[in-house]
Amino acid sequence: MTEPNPARPMVRMAAVDKFFGPLHVLKKITLEVPRGQVVVVLGPSGSGKSTLCRAINRLEPIDSGLIEVDGRPLPAEGKELARLRAEVGMVFQSFNLFAHKTILENVTLAPIRVRKLPVAEARKTGLELLERVGIANQADKYPAQLSGGQQQRAAIARALAMRPKVMLFDEPTSALDPEMVQEVLDVMSALAADGMTMLVVTHEMGFARKAAHRVIFMSDGEVVEDSTPQEFFTAPKSGRAKDFLGKILTH
Amino acid sequence: MNVIIDNFPLYVSGFLQTLRICAFAALGSLVLGTVIAGFRVSPVPPLRWVGTAWVTVFRNCPLTVVLFFCAFGLPEIGVNGAYFWFGVTGLILYTSAFVCEAVRSGINSVPAGQAEAARAVGLTFSQSLTSVVLPQALRTVVPPLGSVIIAMIKNSAIVGAFGVGGDLFAVGDTLTSSRGEAVLPVLIGVVLGYLVITIPGGLLLGLLERKVAIAR
Ligand SMILES: Nc1ncnc2c1ncn2[C@@H]1O[C@H](COP(=O)(O)OP(=O)(O)OP(=O)(O)O)[C@@H](O)[C@H]1O
Ligand SMILES: [Mg+2]
Repeated sequence: MTEPNPARPMVRMAAVDKFFGPLHVLKKITLEVPRGQVVVVLGPSGSGKSTLCRAINRLEPIDSGLIEVDGRPLPAEGKELARLRAEVGMVFQSFNLFAHKTILENVTLAPIRVRKLPVAEARKTGLELLERVGIANQADKYPAQLSGGQQQRAAIARALAMRPKVMLFDEPTSALDPEMVQEVLDVMSALAADGMTMLVVTHEMGFARKAAHRVIFMSDGEVVEDSTPQEFFTAPKSGRAKDFLGKILTH
Repeated sequence: MNVIIDNFPLYVSGFLQTLRICAFAALGSLVLGTVIAGFRVSPVPPLRWVGTAWVTVFRNCPLTVVLFFCAFGLPEIGVNGAYFWFGVTGLILYTSAFVCEAVRSGINSVPAGQAEAARAVGLTFSQSLTSVVLPQALRTVVPPLGSVIIAMIKNSAIVGAFGVGGDLFAVGDTLTSSRGEAVLPVLIGVVLGYLVITIPGGLLLGLLERKVAIAR
């Protein structure tokens, strides 16, 4: 175990390349997610945002380059990798709650199986987390019985239950009906305000403007811009970013 | 039909022997087949190769050949034991390949996002298999597994005929060949014996199917 060093970024990617067969989806990606900051990733569909997000906990293995989480390079498949994933929370577009388990069981499974927490303690902290995301009253229901917004908040609680060092969000609100988007964004904003380190892929420009410390704009597998939200939204440098903003902001 | 009544104790002992063979073989092949299915979907390539080779060999080899291997091949490499266990082992090896494929198709029916979420919270491969994927695969696995086990029960007759002896099939054989009883009534008794195992087995399966279907 290395000492936490405030100057060292929580996530660092250097010259990361990834191919799907002949398709070059990540091209020499270099970026950092500093401790306690929120980095929002924007970009058109197919630009490689999900792949980037999934590469950080090695759900997608990369072909070359370096990825470090808290100063340690990603381990290869095995126990070490499981340990790293336990420290990196992930929230999926489609929630992916465990369908055969209740909401509370979803939240306590990993603390019990991975962290070996006593069941009673895991349930207690699990209920506190469900309280925090506003769905404590749904604890004993199954995922299919909840609305999309509630499911996504449960998924956030499930990730938080492992006390992650960093949270990855891959379009957490894209599968939701419009009226449920805000409740999920509110939970995420509260997390950000508490100082959680976050990497968020999203199309929610309002969230990017308000919560992000940095905005990364991707296109065709490249990081085209890496700037503050202020700079990005008022004075994008690249033609591709201007194009993207033009399309997004007109509707 | 007197032959059945007159030889009732013999039938009962045959029935029990068949039941014994089936119980051990079902337990063994379910466990082994599930483990091999785990191998087949494992992230470790050598395990996947072992799994694939296992299924290829045992699914494509006639049961009698597998049994020959167990009964005569194993002693040659120094493994000795009762004929009963060689027979059961052969039936387990053979059936495990079919169990594996049924379980694997069940695993594939579980959406990939479930296993991804399990890995993302830090579960190891075997943990995500046992606590997330397999419980959800159960639903789709029960009906094909039922067919596999019923086929296995019928195959136990080959094990009996093979020299393990004492089972239902062997009882029929004894009565007809050694004692010269009429074939038809003797075999009706044998058939009844098998049905007593397979029909309740099928009913139990239907019950189980309904139970896993609600458990959600
Ligand atoms: N498993 C895969 N196999 C092959 N190609 C893939 C795979 N996953 C993604 N791709 C391709 O890689 C490219 C980048 O995909 P990715 O999902 O990272 O894009 P994205 O920016 O997240 O898009 P979206 O906004 O639609 O979610 C796309 O062209 C996609 O078709
Ligand atoms: Mg995506």
